[in-house]
Amino acid sequence: MSSFIELDGLSVDLAGRPILKDLTGSFDGRSIGLLGPNGAGKTTLLQALLGFHPPIRGAARICGLDIRANTREIRDQIGYMPESDAFIAGMTAIRFVCMMAELSGLPHDAAMERAHEVLFYTGLGEARYRKLGAYSFGMRQMAKLAVAIVHGPRVVILDEPTNGLDPAGRQRMLRLVQEIRDTNEIHLIISSHLLRDIEECCDEVMILKDGQIATYCNLEQQRQTNRKFLQLETRGENGPFLEAVERMGCEVAIDGKNHRIKLVMPETVEIRNLYELAETHTIQIRRLHCKRDSLQDIFLKAMENGKGVKA
Amino acid sequence: MAVYKQTYKPYRGAITVVRWRFAILTRYAFKSAFESRLLTSFYVLCFIPPVVAAGLMYVRYNAEAIAQLGLNGGDLIPINGLFFNMLFRIQTAMAFMLVTFIGPGLVSPDLANNALSVYLSKPVSRREYVIGKLGVLLILTSLITWIPGLILFALQTDLAGWQWFWDNSRIAVAIFTGAWLWIVTISLLSLAASAWFKWKPLAAASMLGLFLVAAGFGAFANEVLEPERQWGLLLNMSTVIAMIFDWLFEGIRQRGNVPSWTALASLATLCFASVYLLHVKIRACEVVR
Repeated sequence: MSSFIELDGLSVDLAGRPILKDLTGSFDGRSIGLLGPNGAGKTTLLQALLGFHPPIRGAARICGLDIRANTREIRDQIGYMPESDAFIAGMTAIRFVCMMAELSGLPHDAAMERAHEVLFYTGLGEARYRKLGAYSFGMRQMAKLAVAIVHGPRVVILDEPTNGLDPAGRQRMLRLVQEIRDTNEIHLIISSHLLRDIEECCDEVMILKDGQIATYCNLEQQRQTNRKFLQLETRGENGPFLEAVERMGCEVAIDGKNHRIKLVMPETVEIRNLYELAETHTIQIRRLHCKRDSLQDIFLKAMENGKGVKA
Repeated sequence: MAVYKQTYKPYRGAITVVRWRFAILTRYAFKSAFESRLLTSFYVLCFIPPVVAAGLMYVRYNAEAIAQLGLNGGDLIPINGLFFNMLFRIQTAMAFMLVTFIGPGLVSPDLANNALSVYLSKPVSRREYVIGKLGVLLILTSLITWIPGLILFALQTDLAGWQWFWDNSRIAVAIFTGAWLWIVTISLLSLAASAWFKWKPLAAASMLGLFLVAAGFGAFANEVLEPERQWGLLLNMSTVIAMIFDWLFEGIRQRGNVPSWTALASLATLCFASVYLLHVKIRACEVVR
């Protein structure tokens, strides 16, 4: 069975400048985050998947469909929320969303019903008969999300969904995206500058740098791996405690004057086991830091390392 | 699903045929256009000349009506190529005004706020988008040009008999061909102006400007540069379409020294230029060079 996204040497030029350079890989995550600095090629990659920019070399498939040969079929299955404003100022939200649903193939009555539903879902229910030109920026972002999901697509592409939103709006947008993700019926591709957004909504992350894939990693695996690294500071004679910890299967390294301890725990050991041992050996654990290689660390490493790193 | 259940649900219902999705754009554009009462009123006015023409035809072949009006049969306007030519000049002028009113508002609102990226992320191609928008103009202008024209032709045939039909069959061809040449040209031109200027008033002004300024420039060229050949006529769109109608309805093959086929070439050039502008402007995202 083919992967959700397959890139095979995908290269895209815009106005004669190479933007995406030989992207290759298979990506299976249900929710993939695209990260990268400005100009890294995130939006171009999304638009190339939609067939807006034909590749000059290579190929790409999304849901097994080739972006050159099956553009229409791909667009049938995708809901797209662009980064910039995308609306008709003189049209009411309900009419705009209904029209987009009809263009996606819904019969008029079903489209109208779905338009009402998604506008309520995105919190625009009371404002659905207002013209889009009179909407605030946050409301327009929600309207774009409504357009992206109104036809119940298999894949939703969100380009900077939280851009320009206030904290409450951002939280609301993230909650909706998480809810959509948790239905397990939709694949999400989210592009964002905000690492926190990607961390909250995505299970895999692709980091682009200069049009190339710098890193691709599974965030959940990364989190589980990182949970095993601990730093401890203890008070009291910790020799017997450390021996007992080692007998449990932990790797131990001591830093400083026997107080700062680094541990790598096997999967069978829980943090509560350490507290139980400390109580047994009558030492105090004064500090316990579960070292976490955050997405920020992964991002910064990717920016330093350059291309081709699989975290 | 009831609206109070505010959760995301995928759609599992029926799907329409892809081939006809462009008609959705036509339908929405149609609704938007007729939100204006001014347009609705004007559109009703556009049907008056064909109704008057039908009345004239009826009177001409109704001896009772002629007698009641106290007219002499010889005083009545003959129903021939010139009659339809004149009627068509009125109708094409109205079609032009109609297109100038509606056309600039079709594409510009989509481009002004980047709605094209959303349109084209749906299973609708750029060509279908243009056809969908063009559809509303072609339907509305057809309803006031060649459709009433052919109905009048049929009415005249019914009143005058089949001999008139055989003698004047050229008129039917002229009505159909001439109307399509004109409405396609002005519709494409208005969409191109709408796409290029992204602002309805400016696009409408550019449509009028093109006709007035180009006509003025043509007159200047005729006076100063080429008083002999009069090629400047080809810059005057109303003259161009009049030349084509004279050719189609009455077989007049040139005006001054300018052959009628050059008027056709002039319209074709305008169409190609409009299609090129639409090709450049109708894109999901604009690439800055």
